[in-house]
Amino acid sequence: MKLEGKKAIWKDYQKEIADDKYFYVRSCIRQNFFPGSETAFIRILREELGKDIFEHPCHTTCTGIGYHGDIVPLDTMMTVVARQFALMTEAGYENLVPSCITSFGIYTEVLDTWHHFPEVEAKVRDYLIKATGREFKIPVNIAHASDITYKFRKEIAAKAKYKLVNKETGQPLKVVEHIGCHYSKMFPDKGVGGAEYPYVLVGMIEEWGGEVVDYPERRHCCGFGFRQYLVQANRGYSIACSHKKFESMEPYKPDMIITNCPGCPMFLDKWQYAIAEMEGKTYGENGHGIPVFTYEEVAGMVLGYNPWDLGLQTHQVSCETVLDKIGIPYNPDEKYNGINGIKLGVPEMPVNLKCC
Amino acid sequence: MNKKVVVIGGGIAGMESSAHLAALGYEVTLLEKTDKLGGHLLNWEKLFPTMRMGKEVVTFLNEGVEKGKVNVIYNAEILNTKEIMNGFSITLNNNIVLESDAILVTTGYDLFDASKKEEYGFGIYDNVITSAELEEKFMKGEKITTSDGKIPKRIGFVHCVGSRDEKVGNTYCSKVCCVTAVKQSIEIKEHLPETDVYCFYMDLRMYGMHFEALYRESQEKWGVNFVRGRLSEACENMDGSILVKVEDTLAGKPMKMSVDLLVLMVGFEPSLGTKKVGKILNLQFGVNRFFKTQDQHTLTNVSNVKGIFFAGSCTGPKTITNTITDARAAASTIANYLSGHDIHNRIMTSDIKATV
Amino acid sequence: MIEFGYNIAKDRQIDFDKNDKRISTYVRENEPSFKTCISCGTCTATCSAANFTDFNFRKLQLMVRRGETLEVKEEIKKCMLCGKCYLACPRGVNTRNVIIQINQAIEKIENHDI
Repeated sequence: MKLEGKKAIWKDYQKEIADDKYFYVRSCIRQNFFPGSETAFIRILREELGKDIFEHPCHTTCTGIGYHGDIVPLDTMMTVVARQFALMTEAGYENLVPSCITSFGIYTEVLDTWHHFPEVEAKVRDYLIKATGREFKIPVNIAHASDITYKFRKEIAAKAKYKLVNKETGQPLKVVEHIGCHYSKMFPDKGVGGAEYPYVLVGMIEEWGGEVVDYPERRHCCGFGFRQYLVQANRGYSIACSHKKFESMEPYKPDMIITNCPGCPMFLDKWQYAIAEMEGKTYGENGHGIPVFTYEEVAGMVLGYNPWDLGLQTHQVSCETVLDKIGIPYNPDEKYNGINGIKLGVPEMPVNLKCC
Repeated sequence: MNKKVVVIGGGIAGMESSAHLAALGYEVTLLEKTDKLGGHLLNWEKLFPTMRMGKEVVTFLNEGVEKGKVNVIYNAEILNTKEIMNGFSITLNNNIVLESDAILVTTGYDLFDASKKEEYGFGIYDNVITSAELEEKFMKGEKITTSDGKIPKRIGFVHCVGSRDEKVGNTYCSKVCCVTAVKQSIEIKEHLPETDVYCFYMDLRMYGMHFEALYRESQEKWGVNFVRGRLSEACENMDGSILVKVEDTLAGKPMKMSVDLLVLMVGFEPSLGTKKVGKILNLQFGVNRFFKTQDQHTLTNVSNVKGIFFAGSCTGPKTITNTITDARAAASTIANYLSGHDIHNRIMTSDIKATV
Repeated sequence: MIEFGYNIAKDRQIDFDKNDKRISTYVRENEPSFKTCISCGTCTATCSAANFTDFNFRKLQLMVRRGETLEVKEEIKKCMLCGKCYLACPRGVNTRNVIIQINQAIEKIENHDI
């Protein structure tokens, strides 16, 4: 593989990413799936990078899940999006930073629609006024939270206590990167590095010491979909997509997976358990799975944050194999403690997937 | 005094039209930007459908230029042109000023830059090459191997790379790639009889008199395989071979297949020279960015500027046979013009009807 | 064993590298005209079996080439060997013998002869 070829493509897909003063909008589902990630992002921006990042208490879902699940109509979705823009305008911010990839896709898609069909924008402005009395300005900049993390990857590396390196062998960890489909497949020029060879996570991995694994099914969807997993009978299709990816990446013996989407880490993590139960197959070393992380978690890990503050205990595939390889200290006794130090109880361990 | 014609571009069209214009008694100057005549033909070893050597045709063309005592100026670049009484004054880079009664533009094509089809990984994956690169290997007598020097067990040919593809802005068919793939498949089988060859096509356009016979020979005698379907992507396997994803549209199923070498059949694009010369001479371009002829059926060599004519693939993809015929037609059209016929305004039957 | 209420869906993608291409090799060797098929479908248009079942000789020969053996074994039973397809084929493929050779190949594979 020739890196220069990829670099030439990366050069073609650079986007404007705002430098400061962010209006941050959270994901509907990440706070349940990976509860430490968004908190870690805000902490990194405020405490490590000294940035102004604002959250509005009245922010709601962007309706992306319902929209892609075929239950929220386009006009409704656009009006809800307009309301988020209004909240930002009222708060005096211009740079929108969604935490969710599908939200990022939704916002980008809505702005592109309005760009091509100004009459639709006018109609939505009318809906919003009638429904809420609110008005809005179009954001000056929209960047996904992973774009922001990418932008400051060098600053994070400069402050890092750990590298994505195996402390025993000195070798870089082998990292699979997985980009959410709605990040750049719809609008390749809106994603760092484009759609075929996205650079946003690759840039972080390289900067933080890891080695990127490029495997044949890299571009395949994780299988999250929307309708596809919401209906139980369809989940065989969803899990088959993740299964295809694991089978393809397995020979490369990756140490970990990094993702930038709410659904992907959820499914790549949890399906490893389901596959182990269904087929007895595991993809990590010695019966373990391949740990799956969000980019905020990885940023927090290299910065030396307590793994349990990052929420790594909520992963299905245990993260300890990676923590041990890097040499990040953790207290196993505190793994299942709540925020106040109260023991929440140890979950039942799966039969086929070895968890610490 | 003899009338003068300047021919711009020393490829097949420029050479053959110069020879014919000279034979008709005109004083011909042929401008060539490099230090050799022959254009793209110099890079092709054997020609479809007869498998005769390309250099035989070059020899034929050279003989015409020499016998006609055509004044060839090498390393020529046009700086500007002026319209003068009944003709043009052309200033070249080496301060030469030429006067001519008519100009023939034969600026040809460039091959499509395959790296624009990002998903095929040209320039990234070591074992993805273009049809031109394969031909260069034939030309130099190099062994056909994978990037690490092994004999390929399976080779794939991808048709329509940069042709019939809105995503790269080229919606037209490049005409020569289908039969070139068949030709090169046969040559692969001649060099490497044990290698399996698969052509991935959308339609096989075997329009030339002997093309269909060559296609049949490739199947019957050489066992070349054809899969109807366009690659969605190519990825690299761990061993450096290329995994292609395609729908076998006739089977109605998606398919994946590893090939040790993937050859991209790159199509035609208007050459840089075509773009430059067109700008200098105020020539009209058609929807496909090649020069626009004044009529698709009747004024095929006639430009929008009085006294300027076209020949060869600067007006669209052409085979060698087409180009040679077109070059002679252009010479004859110019003779018609220089003997006083107002060819640019020759009335079409439909116009006559409209005026009646 | 946990009951999830669903299983990992079967992959529809033809996995050419893994598939068994022995029938294809056998037919190509024993009925070389098989190589010249252009998938025009004349055979299927004229096929008596295709009029009353989902038998499709054009597709069957593709399945042979791609190594989709299970499908081939199932489908080939529907051919009545009338030979009308051979009459119609514009490339002169001896389709009747192709069917016979496929059957022979299946038998030889089962007997471990190839």
